[in-house]
Amino acid sequence: MENNKVITAKDLTKKFGDFVAVDHISFEVEKGEIFGFLGANGAGKTTAMRMLCGLSLPTSGVATVAGFDIYKQTEMIKKRIGYMSQKFSLYEDLTVFENIRFYGGIYGLQDEQIRQKTASLMKQLHLEGEEKTMVRSLPLGWKQKLAFSIAIVHDPAIVFLDEPTGGVDPVARREFWSMIYDASERGITIFVTTHYMDEAEYCDRVSIMVDGRIDALDSPGNLMKNYGVNSMDEVFLQLARKAVRTAE
Amino acid sequence: MKQFLIFIKKEWLHIWRDRRTLFILIWMPIVQILLYGFALTNEVKNSKIAIFDQSKDEATRAISNRIAASRYFSLVKNVHTYQDIDSTFKQGKIRMAIVFPAGFRNDLLHGNHAQIQLIADASDPNTANTLANYASAIINDYQQELNQHQDLPYTIQVQVRMLYNPELKGAYNFVPGVMALVLMLVCAMMTSISIVKEKEIGTMEVILVSPLKPFRIIIAKTIPYLLVSLLNIASILLLSVYALGVPIVGSLTLLLAESILFTITSLSVGILISNTAKTQQTAMFTSMMSLFLPTLLFSGFLFPVENMPVPLQVISNIVPARWYFIIVKAVMIKGLGFASIWKETTILLGMTVALLGVSIYQFKTRL
Repeated sequence: MENNKVITAKDLTKKFGDFVAVDHISFEVEKGEIFGFLGANGAGKTTAMRMLCGLSLPTSGVATVAGFDIYKQTEMIKKRIGYMSQKFSLYEDLTVFENIRFYGGIYGLQDEQIRQKTASLMKQLHLEGEEKTMVRSLPLGWKQKLAFSIAIVHDPAIVFLDEPTGGVDPVARREFWSMIYDASERGITIFVTTHYMDEAEYCDRVSIMVDGRIDALDSPGNLMKNYGVNSMDEVFLQLARKAVRTAE
Repeated sequence: MKQFLIFIKKEWLHIWRDRRTLFILIWMPIVQILLYGFALTNEVKNSKIAIFDQSKDEATRAISNRIAASRYFSLVKNVHTYQDIDSTFKQGKIRMAIVFPAGFRNDLLHGNHAQIQLIADASDPNTANTLANYASAIINDYQQELNQHQDLPYTIQVQVRMLYNPELKGAYNFVPGVMALVLMLVCAMMTSISIVKEKEIGTMEVILVSPLKPFRIIIAKTIPYLLVSLLNIASILLLSVYALGVPIVGSLTLLLAESILFTITSLSVGILISNTAKTQQTAMFTSMMSLFLPTLLFSGFLFPVENMPVPLQVISNIVPARWYFIIVKAVMIKGLGFASIWKETTILLGMTVALLGVSIYQFKTRL
């Protein structure tokens, strides 16, 4: 494993027939970094993320995740990553504890570990006494926090967040980001896609994908400086306007 | 292995928490069996008839009495004109009328050519045929008794023995049919819905990113439905033996083993459907259209496959329920052993392996 590089990608490409979904992207992500992965719909974000998660094989290029090769060692990668989708992916008809037990369980956590994790999570989320509450009766903001906590319940090296803040109010979003910072301080690398440009500014570095390529990659501050604008919104708009491809 | 068990436990909780669906799953086969057994029977019993007796002699009375006394018929009306017969039919009060011409006994004893007319409502052709046959049989009986004391030069006596189902109970046919139908529906529909549901709520993505292997995910999702199906098989068999009086003549073990095989076939069909369906509704309708109807039509349960046009017979060959239906009838009703159903079993096994292979392969590649 290269010392501090948790993700490395070199010329990573995915083609579906003639369509080049991801076009020779190269980047590196460091341990504990919050890495924003931006791009308009259809720019290739999801495809790129799926390759890194071991869900689909690249057409060409090389990449490692947590030090493992994404062609041959997907099994190892899967044990070391967490994933949270935009739908939060909790079982509404199961209780808070049952959700934690299920997701912890499929990552191989022992019963005792699950009990401890649950106790500390409940405290951290101020959900004490709610272990037996059905997830469907939780407010959206809490579901989101719970989903994130569950995505990192097995202490992964990296957690992939696919548009994790859709549909929640600004207060909940802020609280959610403070959880992300906590996780990053514990050394968990955060790989996050988002539509909200103010959130992009919370990231250590962001990459912006246009038509399958990474057109910009730097810290939000540098990007704004280079493009001579005051917000990530404007950086994004300048880049996204060049896009030829439209969203599916 | 522990991860696998955790998954099954979770799946079981989904089923258990959704009480309404669970209720339907458990009651559907019971209600079906009771319905087919007691309400929707196609046996002919107490069919209403009218008699138009223009002769009113000893012979016509004897025949009328026999017919009215049989369990197949019940005499509701004595009519006195042909118009009367016509209007009674039109009112829907009778299914058959029996007409004795004037001077019946005289013709019978002296003229040797006595005639009886049977008029049946053939808007339901099968029933009309059956009624006419039953009535003819009773009349023939009477005729034979008349001839008993005379030595006729040439007589052929036909003796009919109804094998496997001497009482001609409809239950002997529909119990296997309902088993095929229920297992196909429960397994395929419920499995496809539950897999598609996980895609809809986004949990499938998360599970696929986890270290669980896709193959194991699929198996874990189907096992609880396999258990529900076993419960259904048990309730159908218990009801058929104790409520409908249909015995299990052959080996119970063989019957259960074949049923489990068919259950797995149905589960694979469910996985296959879930691979293409995007929403739970689509999964449900696809299951209904592609399984319920073909199972009903082509299994041989309602309509004999041999009587269908050749193209339909060919189609019926690819309906798994058809083979299972034959197997259940052979084992349960006829009491045959594995030696006589190995061919059907092999076909079913081949279908299962192919379906399971294709569905798991698709499941992996589509995600």
